[in-house]
Amino acid sequence: MKKRMSTLMSLAVVAAMVAPMAACGSSTASSASSAASSAASASTAAASSSAAEETSSSSSAAEEVAASSTSTAASTSDAGADEGKVLNIECWNTEFQSRITDHYPDYQKVDDTTGKIGDVTVNWIITPSDDNAYQNNLDSVLPENESASADDKVDIFLMEADYALKYVNSDVTMSMKDLGIDPDKDFADQYQYTKDIVTDSDGNMKGASWQACSAGLIYNRAIAKEVLGTDDPDEVQKAVSDWDTFNETAKKVKDAGYKMTATVNDTYRVYSNNVSAPWVDGTTVKLDDNIKKWVDDSKAMVDAGETGTDELWSDAWSAGFAAPGNVFCYFGPAWLINFSMGAAPDQDDDGSVAHEGGWGMCVGPQSFYWGGTWIAAATGTDNPTLVKDIILTMTTDEGVLKDIAMKDSDCVNNKKVLDELANSDDGNNAILGGQNPYKQLAAGAEKVDMSNISAYDQGLNESFQTAMGDYFTGNSDYDTAYQAFVTSAQEKYPELTFE
Amino acid sequence: MSSKKSSSRIMRHNKYGYIFLLPFMIVFVIFQLIPLISTIYNSFFENYMSGLMQIGPNFIGFANYAKLFSSGEIEKYTANTMIMWIAGFIPQIIVSLLLAAWFTDPSLRLKGQRFFKTVIYLPNLIMASAFALLFFTLFSTVGPIHSIAVNLGWIDQSFDFMKSTASVRTLIAMMNFLMWFGNTTLLLMSGMMGIDQSLFEAAEVDGATATQIFWKITMPLLRPIFVYVLITSLIGGLQMFDVPQILTNGDGGPARTTMTLIMWLNKHLYSKNYGLAGALSVILLIITGILSIVVFKLTAEKEVKA
Repeated sequence: MKKRMSTLMSLAVVAAMVAPMAACGSSTASSASSAASSAASASTAAASSSAAEETSSSSSAAEEVAASSTSTAASTSDAGADEGKVLNIECWNTEFQSRITDHYPDYQKVDDTTGKIGDVTVNWIITPSDDNAYQNNLDSVLPENESASADDKVDIFLMEADYALKYVNSDVTMSMKDLGIDPDKDFADQYQYTKDIVTDSDGNMKGASWQACSAGLIYNRAIAKEVLGTDDPDEVQKAVSDWDTFNETAKKVKDAGYKMTATVNDTYRVYSNNVSAPWVDGTTVKLDDNIKKWVDDSKAMVDAGETGTDELWSDAWSAGFAAPGNVFCYFGPAWLINFSMGAAPDQDDDGSVAHEGGWGMCVGPQSFYWGGTWIAAATGTDNPTLVKDIILTMTTDEGVLKDIAMKDSDCVNNKKVLDELANSDDGNNAILGGQNPYKQLAAGAEKVDMSNISAYDQGLNESFQTAMGDYFTGNSDYDTAYQAFVTSAQEKYPELTFE
Repeated sequence: MSSKKSSSRIMRHNKYGYIFLLPFMIVFVIFQLIPLISTIYNSFFENYMSGLMQIGPNFIGFANYAKLFSSGEIEKYTANTMIMWIAGFIPQIIVSLLLAAWFTDPSLRLKGQRFFKTVIYLPNLIMASAFALLFFTLFSTVGPIHSIAVNLGWIDQSFDFMKSTASVRTLIAMMNFLMWFGNTTLLLMSGMMGIDQSLFEAAEVDGATATQIFWKITMPLLRPIFVYVLITSLIGGLQMFDVPQILTNGDGGPARTTMTLIMWLNKHLYSKNYGLAGALSVILLIITGILSIVVFKLTAEKEVKA
C-alpha cells in the first residue's frame, strides 16, 4: 500500500516537473497543464477524425490499388510478361522525369516521384549531385544490383559526361548490344562525341543521350558593335577565331572598359575539351599542352584586368547577364542561353541582356560541349525490354526529339532534326536577337572530339581549377599551385602518380 | 536490524542506477565505442575506392601515419586551425569576461539583463552553415560590405575578401567569436555567481576598487571555470569545420591557408580512404585526449586546495 502511494507520489512529482516544461512561457503551471491537456485531446480527436476521413476517401484509391494488383497478378501469370513490375530510375534532378512525362507515350504521372507505364510502376529516385552524393549513392547500390530483390533493382540510371567513364568501364552498366540495341544502326544519326563519352575500353557503347550540348561563344551584341563595329556572327567569329586573335580582341574590349570573359573558368572547358591526350596515362597524370595554355593565357588576362577569378555560377560571374552588361562573352550551350541568362523577350522584363535579345552566338576559338545527360541501363535490371524502348524512344525517335527541341529547347542529339531546325524559322532564338544558333551548334557537335576523356576527369579538373585559381589571384606561384593540385588530386585518387 | 534494512535498500536503489545508465551505455557502445575501435583498426590498413574499384584492405602497419607526417600537410593544417582558433578566442574571452563581470556585479544594477543575455546567445542558435553562407554573401565581390568598403575608400574595387588569407581567416575567427561569446559569457557568469558574495562585500568595506576586486577575487576564484572554458573551446576549435567549410566551399582557400584538420579529413572521404582518414582521426583523438587530461588535472588540483 505504502509502496503504491510512493509510486503515485513520484509520478505526481514527475508530472509536476514535466508539465511546466512542456508549456513554457505560460503564466501559471495549472493553466499550462490544462491547456496542454485540452490541446492534446483536441489533437487526438482531430487525428482520429482525419484518419477516418482518409480511410473513407482513400477507399477508392485502395480499390484501384487492389484492381491494379490483381491485374499485375494476372499478367505475371502470362508467359510473355515475365519482366519486373517496378522500374527504378536513379537521377539527380527532375529533368529526365519531365522529358519522360511530356514525351514518352504511355507514361502516366501518379505523383511527384512515381508514374506508370502500362502496369509497370516507375519510381524516380532523386539524389542531388551536391557533395558527390549522387555518385556515392550509385557506388553503393549498383554493385549489389544483381542480387537486390526484384522491386528494388535499379533499372535505369543517369550519368553526366564528367564521370560517365567510371560507370561505363565497369560491369555495373549494361552494354547497348546486350539490351538488343545495335549502336551502328540505331544511333547512326547521333553525334560521335556523345557516343565516345559512353564507350568503354573494349569499344562497347553503354549509354545514350538525347542531348548534344555542343556550345559556342555567346557575345554581347552592344559591346561587339562598340568594340568591333559589327554584331554579325560571322564577323565576330573572325575576331575570336583562335586563341591569339581572342587575346587580341580581349585587349580592345578591356580598353573600351569591359571584361572579355566573366572569369577564367569560362574558357576552361574550351581548352580542356581540346586536349591531345587523356589526363591520365595508366596511373600517371600528364599535364596537356592545351591545359597549360589555358593557365598561361588566363594568367595574362587576369593580370591585364581582362577577366576575373570567380567561380562559375557565382553572383560575380552572372553579373554580366544584367543589362547593359559589362562582359563581352560567355561560353555555353543552348541550355545556358535559354535557362540561365535571363528572361526571353516575350517574358516579364527582368532587366537582363537576354530580355533585350542582346546576345549573339558564334563558334569561338575551339569547339567544345558543356553538359548533357546520358541514360544507362544497370546490370541486373529486370525490365530490359522496357529499358530498351525508353532509350530508343528518347534518344532516336525523330518525332519525340523534335518535340523536345521545340518544347524544352534542348539541343537534341540527332543530325537530321538539328539540320531541319537550322534551316527553318523554328530554330530562331529570341534571346539571340532572332539568330538561329543551330547551324553553329550542329557544326560544333560534329567537331567536338571526346576520345581523350578519362574516368578521372571530373576530380582532376576541379582540383586543377581550384589550385590554379590561387596562381591567378597571386596567392601562390605556379609551382606551388601545381603542387597544391597534386596534393588535392592524390587525396581524391591515392593511386595516381605525377610526372 | 535497521542498518541492515537500509543497506539492502541502497542495493535496490543501485540496481535502478544501473538500469538508468543502460540506455546511455547501449548508445555509447554502439555509436561511439565500436566506431572508435574500428577507426583505430582501420588506420593500419590501405583501404580506399578508386572509382568503383575497392583497393585493399591491405595491412600496412604505421604507413598511413608516416604518410601523414612526411607530407608536411598535417603541420600546415594544425597551424591554420590554431591560428583561427586563437584569433577567435582572444576577443571572445575578453568580451565574455567583461560582460559576465558587468552582469554579475550587483552594484551596477544593469537594466534589461535578461534581454541582453538572450540577445548575445542568439547567434549560437543559427546553424553554423547558414551563418557562414550569410557571411559569404555579405562579403562577396558583389555583396553589400564590399561595395560599402569600396565607396568609403577602404579597399580597392578589385579586392576580394575571399581571395586573401588574412581576410578569410579574420572572417572565420569573427564568426566563431560571434557564435560563441554568448555561450562563454553564460558559463563565466555561472562561475562568478558561485563566488561567495561576502568576499566582495568584505573587499568593498576594505576599500578595494572594482579593478582590484576583479583581479584579486573574481579571477582567482573563477580559475576552474576559466580553465574549463579554455579547454572546451580548444577542443571545439580543433574540431573547427562547418564555418570554414561552407565559407570557402570546402577548398580552404586561398591556397589551403584556411583548411582545418577536420576539413582535411573530409577531403579523404572523396576516395573513401578509410586508412588515411582513420590515422588522422586517431591523431586528433590523442591530441584531444591529452587536452582532456590536462583540464582534469587542473580542476582536480584546484578542488583539493579549496
